[in-house]
Amino acid sequence: MIKVTDLSKNYSTVEAVKSISFNIQDGEIVGFLGANGAGKTTTLKMMTGYLVPTSGQIEFNDLNIIDDTHEIQKQIGYLPELNPLYTEMRVYEYLEFLAGIRKIIGRKFKEALSRVIEECGLRGVVHKNIADCSKGYRQRIGLAAAMIHDPKILILDEPVTGLDPNQIVEIRGLIKQLGKEKLVFMSSHILQEIQATVDRIMIINQGEIVANGTSDELMSNFMGNVILNIEVKGAAPETIEHIQAKVPSVKFVSLNTSNDIQQIQFEYGKDQDPREDIFRYAVENHWTILKMTPHTTNLEDIFRDLTTESDAHA
Amino acid sequence: MHNIRIIYKRELHEYFNSPMAYIFLVIFAVVNGYFFTNTFFLFGQSDLRMLFDIVPLVYLFFIPAVSMGLIARENNTGTMETISTMPLNTYEFVLGKFLAGFCLILLGLGATVIHFITLVSVGTNVDYGAIFSGYLGLALMGAMYTAVGIYASSVTDNQVVAFIIGVFLVLVFYMLDKTLVFVPHSIAGIIQFLAVDYHLSNISRGVIDSRNLIYFFSMIGFFIFLTIQTLEVRRWK
Repeated sequence: MIKVTDLSKNYSTVEAVKSISFNIQDGEIVGFLGANGAGKTTTLKMMTGYLVPTSGQIEFNDLNIIDDTHEIQKQIGYLPELNPLYTEMRVYEYLEFLAGIRKIIGRKFKEALSRVIEECGLRGVVHKNIADCSKGYRQRIGLAAAMIHDPKILILDEPVTGLDPNQIVEIRGLIKQLGKEKLVFMSSHILQEIQATVDRIMIINQGEIVANGTSDELMSNFMGNVILNIEVKGAAPETIEHIQAKVPSVKFVSLNTSNDIQQIQFEYGKDQDPREDIFRYAVENHWTILKMTPHTTNLEDIFRDLTTESDAHA
Repeated sequence: MHNIRIIYKRELHEYFNSPMAYIFLVIFAVVNGYFFTNTFFLFGQSDLRMLFDIVPLVYLFFIPAVSMGLIARENNTGTMETISTMPLNTYEFVLGKFLAGFCLILLGLGATVIHFITLVSVGTNVDYGAIFSGYLGLALMGAMYTAVGIYASSVTDNQVVAFIIGVFLVLVFYMLDKTLVFVPHSIAGIIQFLAVDYHLSNISRGVIDSRNLIYFFSMIGFFIFLTIQTLEVRRWK
């Protein structure tokens, strides 16, 4: 289990991370979502012991990142952003080097190597120079490097950035597979990547966590009113504008008329569904309904709202 | 020790997997060989003094070039992050790198043994002791310059900048001895003790004094310590 409490990081005068707190349970896949520069990478760098926090605590079970850095690093597999590799080495040499530092040598290394080759699909490239591998393979090599010691915790910084759609699907599948046994904490600035893979989403904006929950929870917490788009013919404008008198839960928003067709927007609360009432009202007033589409807020809208709203304050 | 060896092996592997090590070694051998044989048969003396005079000059550029990439390249490509998030102590990382750089210097120095063989086969009354101590002095100087070079490499992520800083620093230590006539008498002693030439010439004369050894070892230790501190401080920024 990872427990982060009041974690902050300042780069000279810039506050990159502002007193964030969260927990991640074993066996959970958690997505860390935020725009570029929101503080994701800084947080991950602190969790892996690469940067020292300005203040706050990071605990892995009973271990503390400041005092037990190496103990924690033994349990973590980390894929840094941009996935730096020693490109002049061959794939197995690179993995052997990293395994060596983790004291996995000889027969144990051979076992670990065949495990990560299997899990990350590296069969064809093991003897190739990393420089000659494609981007998709490099990403897998980075993952294999993070997993060579079979860590309990995987921290992945933008694991699918720059991959083509097929590779993204593959890596996603791999992460899901891994998440069955391991705690996976992955960051991304693209919602779809995260949404398809993780159990829980944390959204960070300007160094602060603005949302934390499963995608259903986020939807119900942050969803605004429903906008109902209706296209009708033959409606008298005053009957449209005064709908609230008859159907109190519905608010008139706008009306557009073009070629006899009236496009109307109504708004109602997310917990209500007055469409039947609207239909009956339309019939009473002799409207011909051509189309009726409710537009609910999706996660994308929530993400955009959460990460742009505070920009306006700044 | 285990981790130092792994870092050391990887670094040597990198040197010899690229043309870099070969180019360095060939240039080192050719430059030294040229200046040595140029005058060797003119003097008619059975010693390697010419070689021992030229190597420190070649070192001034050779060693910063060998060591410029040791850490700067890792900073530049981001592999420093991979390394820093491994259960590895900074001192193990720096020592492994230092030993790899030093190993390349020793190989370069080893190539000059050919001149020693020439000397033994054509010369008379060869002073083996002086030659041994001369090589010892050059090895110590090489180790010290490597430590300086690795420090220069740790303060930047640009290899060219690391090279320039490295050349500047070793040049300072090399030139200190030459500035003695310009400094007040009271500090001349200190300046002289800091100058690398002073200690090298002592050892080359065949006098292996503990003071000279202490100088070299403390300089090596000091710059390795500075390198470790530089890397540690980055985590706190």
